[in-house]
Amino acid sequence: MTQPGTELDFTHVGAREGEADSIKRPSLGYFQDARRRFKANGAAMAGLAVLALLAALSLAGPLAVPYNHEDGDLLIANRGPDSEHWFGTDDLGRDYWARIWVGGRVSMAIGILAALLQGCVGILMGSLSGFLGGKVDLVVMKLVDFLMAFPYLVWVTLLMLVTGAGLVPMILALTLTGWLTMARIVRGQILTLKHEDYVVAAEAMGASAARVILKHMIPNTMGVIIVNLTFAIPAAIFSEAFLSFIGIGMRAPMTSWGLLVSMGMKQLYSYPLRLLIPCACISLTMLSLQIVGDGLRDALDPKLRR
Amino acid sequence: MLLALITISFFVIKLIPGNPFASERMQPGAKKAIYAYYGLDKPVYEQYYLYLKNLLRGDLGVSYKIRSVTVNEVIAKSFPYSLDLGLRAIVAAVAAGLGLGIVSAYRRGRALDTFTMILATVGTAVPSFLVGFFIQYLFAVKLRWLPVAQYTSFAHTILPSFALSLGMLATIAKYARASMIEVIYADYVKTADAKGLSKMRIVLHHQLRNALLPIVTLLGPMVAMVLTGTFVVENVFAIPGLGRYYVTSITNLDYTMIMGLTIFFAGFLVVMNLLVDVVYVLVDPRIKLS
Repeated sequence: MTQPGTELDFTHVGAREGEADSIKRPSLGYFQDARRRFKANGAAMAGLAVLALLAALSLAGPLAVPYNHEDGDLLIANRGPDSEHWFGTDDLGRDYWARIWVGGRVSMAIGILAALLQGCVGILMGSLSGFLGGKVDLVVMKLVDFLMAFPYLVWVTLLMLVTGAGLVPMILALTLTGWLTMARIVRGQILTLKHEDYVVAAEAMGASAARVILKHMIPNTMGVIIVNLTFAIPAAIFSEAFLSFIGIGMRAPMTSWGLLVSMGMKQLYSYPLRLLIPCACISLTMLSLQIVGDGLRDALDPKLRR
Repeated sequence: MLLALITISFFVIKLIPGNPFASERMQPGAKKAIYAYYGLDKPVYEQYYLYLKNLLRGDLGVSYKIRSVTVNEVIAKSFPYSLDLGLRAIVAAVAAGLGLGIVSAYRRGRALDTFTMILATVGTAVPSFLVGFFIQYLFAVKLRWLPVAQYTSFAHTILPSFALSLGMLATIAKYARASMIEVIYADYVKTADAKGLSKMRIVLHHQLRNALLPIVTLLGPMVAMVLTGTFVVENVFAIPGLGRYYVTSITNLDYTMIMGLTIFFAGFLVVMNLLVDVVYVLVDPRIKLS
C-alpha cells in the first residue's frame, strides 16, 4: 500500500507572495451586479421583450401602412380585418391599425413623461423635506398626507376639469397629483442616509447641501427610485385610460388606448375586436411593466427578495 | 382636513371655464332668474359661505342639470347600489384571496401555487374595467351565461362584483400567502401540531390571525380602490350607482353634483379609515389605541 500524498506525487509550489490577496474576478459595481441578476430572471426578461415589441410597434406600426389615424373614408367604414386594413376600419372608416399604434404612442408618452416628471418633483420634495427637516418637513409631509387621504384619481379629475382635455394638461395633472409616493419614499431614504459616515464626512469637508444631496444621497437611493418609476408608468397609463374613458382625457380625432377602449365599449356587440385590441394592449403593457418592476426590485434590492 | 378639501374643491370647481347653463339658449331675463335661483349671482365668497352653511345642515344642494333633484336625493337613491356592489366585491376578495393564499402557502411550488402567483400578478396589473370588459364579453355576450348589464337580480351582481374584486383578491392572496409561509414553521405551530391538534384547527386558530394582519392594513387603501373602481365598473355594467352619477356629472359639468359627491366620498373614506383602525386593534392585541 502506497501512502497517498508522498513527495513523488506532489510538488510543493509555495505561496506566490503578493498575489495571495489579489482579487482575480473583476469587481462588479452595484448596477453591473443588478444587471446580472435581472438577466437571470426569465419572467422579467420576457416582460421586457413584450414591452420592447409594443414600443417598436407603436413607433413603427403607423409608418407601415399608407393610412394615418385621422383621415377616414366613410365608404369603407366598419370593415373587418383584411389584407388592406390589418385591424379593419372604425365607424368613420379610419384605419384601426394606425389608430391603435398612434394611440400606443400617446399612452406610452403619457406614461413615461408623467412618471419622469412625478419622479423629479417627488425626489425634489422628498429630499428637501428629509434633508432640511424641521418646519419644511412638517409642511411637506402634512401636504402629502392630506393629498394622499383621497384617491388621486379624484384630484386628477378635478384638475382636468379646470385645465381641459389634452395631452399636456393630462401630464401636468398627473404630475401634480402623483409625486406623493415618490416624495415619501425618498424622504425615508434620506432620513436614514443623513447620519451615514460618508454624508457626515462630505458635510465636514464643506460640501453644500445641494452637493451632498445630488452627489451622495440621490445616487444611493437610485435603486428605490428606479423601481418606483417603473411602477409609476403603468399607474399613469391606467389614469390616462380612466380619464379618457370617462370623457375628460384625450379627445377624438386624436387617439389613445383609453379613448379607443371607451369608443370600443359602445360597439361591443357589433364589433368586439375594436374593444378587445386596445384592452389587450393596455393589459399587456401594464402586466409587463409590473413584471419588469418586480424583477428590477429583486435585482436592485436583494434584501427584499422573498 | 375635510374642510380643507371642501374649500379646495369648491374654488377649483369655480375655476372651471364655462358654466352649466352656457349651452342653453334663453332670454336674458330667464338667465338672470336662473342665476338668482341657484345663487350664482352672488360674489364667490358669499356662495362659499352659503354652501358651508347648508353643508352643516347636511344639505348638499340642488343639481344644476337634473331639474328639481337634490344631491342628497341622488345619494340616497344610488348609494345603496354602490355599497352593495362594493361589499360583495370586498367579501368575495377577502374570502377567495385568503383561501387561495392559505392553500397555496401549504402547496408551495405546486400547480395551484403557480396559478395563485400568476393570478396575483395579472390581477394587480390589469385595471378593473378592462377585466370587466373581458368577462362581460366572454360570459355575457359570447357564452350568454350571465346577464350583460343592469343590477336587478343575483345573477346580475356576479360579473361586476368579480370585476371589482379581482385586483383586491390578487393583492390579498399575495399577502396571505407570504404571511402564512412565515408562520408555517413557527414554534407555536409545531407545538400545536405536537399536541395533536387537527390541521384545520391549527390553520384557523393559530395561523389565520397572522395572515389577517397585513390584510387589515390593506383594507384602508382597498376601500379607496373599490371606490374608484366603481366609477368605471358601474359604467361598464350600467349600474345606477354613485360612481356612475359621478362620471355623468363630470361630463355634464354639474358643479353641485360633483362637489356634493366629492365631499360625500371624502367623508365616507375618512369614516372607513377610522373603522379600519378600530378593526386593526381588534385583530392584533399587541397594538393599543393611544
